[in-house]
Amino acid sequence: MKKLTSFGPANLIARSAETHPLTWRLREDGEPVWLDEYQRKDGYSAARKALAEMAQADIVQTVKDSGLKGRGGAGFPTGVKWGLMPADESMNIRYLLCNADEMEPNTWKDRMLMEQLPHLLVEGMLISARALKAYRGYIFLRGEYVDAAANLNRAIDEAKAAGLLGKNILGSGFDFELFVHTGAGRYICGEETALINSLEGRRANPRSKPPFPAAVGVWGKPTCVNNVETLCNVPSIIGNGVDWYKSLAREGSEDMGTKLMGFSGKVKNPGLWELPFGITARELFEDYVGGMRDGYTLKAWQPGGAGTGFLLPEHLDAQMYAAGIGKVGTRMGTGLALAIDDSINMVSLLRNMEEFFARESCGWCTPCRDGLPWSVKILRALERKQGTSEDIATLLGLVNFLGPGKTFCAHAPGAVEPLGSAIKYFREEFEAGVVRAPQEPKPSVVETLQ
Amino acid sequence: MTTTTLIQSDRFVLSEAERSAIEHELHHYEDSRAASIEALKIVQKQRGWVPDGAIPAIAEILGIPGSDVEGVATFYSQIFRQPVGRHVIRVCDSMTCFVGGHESVVQSISRQLGIGLGETTPDGRFTLLPVCCLGNCDKAPALMIDDDTFGGVQADGVGALLESYP
Repeated sequence: MKKLTSFGPANLIARSAETHPLTWRLREDGEPVWLDEYQRKDGYSAARKALAEMAQADIVQTVKDSGLKGRGGAGFPTGVKWGLMPADESMNIRYLLCNADEMEPNTWKDRMLMEQLPHLLVEGMLISARALKAYRGYIFLRGEYVDAAANLNRAIDEAKAAGLLGKNILGSGFDFELFVHTGAGRYICGEETALINSLEGRRANPRSKPPFPAAVGVWGKPTCVNNVETLCNVPSIIGNGVDWYKSLAREGSEDMGTKLMGFSGKVKNPGLWELPFGITARELFEDYVGGMRDGYTLKAWQPGGAGTGFLLPEHLDAQMYAAGIGKVGTRMGTGLALAIDDSINMVSLLRNMEEFFARESCGWCTPCRDGLPWSVKILRALERKQGTSEDIATLLGLVNFLGPGKTFCAHAPGAVEPLGSAIKYFREEFEAGVVRAPQEPKPSVVETLQ
Repeated sequence: MTTTTLIQSDRFVLSEAERSAIEHELHHYEDSRAASIEALKIVQKQRGWVPDGAIPAIAEILGIPGSDVEGVATFYSQIFRQPVGRHVIRVCDSMTCFVGGHESVVQSISRQLGIGLGETTPDGRFTLLPVCCLGNCDKAPALMIDDDTFGGVQADGVGALLESYP
């Protein structure tokens, strides 16, 4: 047991500015890259270009043309989101928020960027703020990331002292100030409208959409919320151009650029790597991770966080990009995969996951507030081998009733996606928790309601 | 007279340091309400938790109803509305740490301290809490003690780790 510093693989593999735009500046010792070193490594050159040579609309168009998509899990096209900001020039108080509330289970990519390359995020936000005409930005950071908070605050101080933040940045006439806002727990703060409520000092219940944050965001003003990794892509797109960016991904991928991908669980070499979209999960699992630890067999895997579905070993040939993972039935999510080994019982695993989702429900809408604890109660019974013959049908009813479009936000759909896929692929493990074999199963309460 | 004195001395008063730290936060936002979470954290940093009297005191500085401050204080899991131990242990209970065996770590801590999740040792030394994924998934299971994060925690190594937090 030791206090943690470096991320290992991401720092140590061969990297170049052309192939690893997010991570090529990382130091092998895992220490943060401060302003001097960042500028020696071409840092802020993209910001200089954007502020001196590019019209605001050109920056938006470049990001749109690059095909950059959000890296927080949902994968919405960034340029399209930016394009939703109002054209009306009189709405001149606008905000750029960075979603740094990284709490998705099995996700540790934004932490690395913020701890080791804080200036990359500051530069990304500076360029993005210029494009969006935002005069102020907030980095909404989860409170537990104490090192990231310290490093970001130091980077912001360095940037301010160097005239890279504040008034009349680099003589362009553009003003932008940036603050780190730390949270106080609750997974739901990562939902972008809940994040806005939390930033305003309210309970983090999601807001109704529309209106979207681009129209009515923080303090009622036009607001854009982007993930840390998304914003960190912006400098290289501006610096190297759209053609270069589009050349990064592997053939067959519809998503552009590189992605921080990882694998954890009982694998030989758990870690985080910057890899091109479109590599197969098998390449990640076998070549980078080195497969399972001796004595363990891969039973299932999850491509990107708790809210993504389970897949089987045979699905490892899927390409890692949104539609590539979509073809095998789930979402890529955050792109940091988890290996489930043969020592893990799926009922116990799902009990753990649904306890998390139930605890973290904000309680605003009934299906989520009441449905998730219900699933926990059933899963606990099945785990103790005290389930009833109706339990699996009830769980499948909840998977349906808490699915996309039936709740206020994406929390409950994310909670039931792994549950539905676990029952689909490992139904016998759930059935093993039923006290006696079902005879003439009655329709469950949920099915009757349908 | 005696009663009045008692009430006076029981009244919660923000320290000058707390008050000025909260007032400093107001400058970062368009609206004072936005400083409510940070204000609670400032009080908690000084006192370990947020006593009842802090709620109206913060509400007064921010100019918002006390019920709103309490609403925020009770929503966020890292704001403590009852006293906690000198050291707060936060055990990551993500599915990754579950796969890594965090439940045996929790059991080991519970056995050694005689407390379950959400409880504080009678001597006021430790409080044990679950926490959302700490983002150390390559080093599962992970936990935090106060502001220090540890990875690769094993049930049989927990004792030595706890010993370093007197």
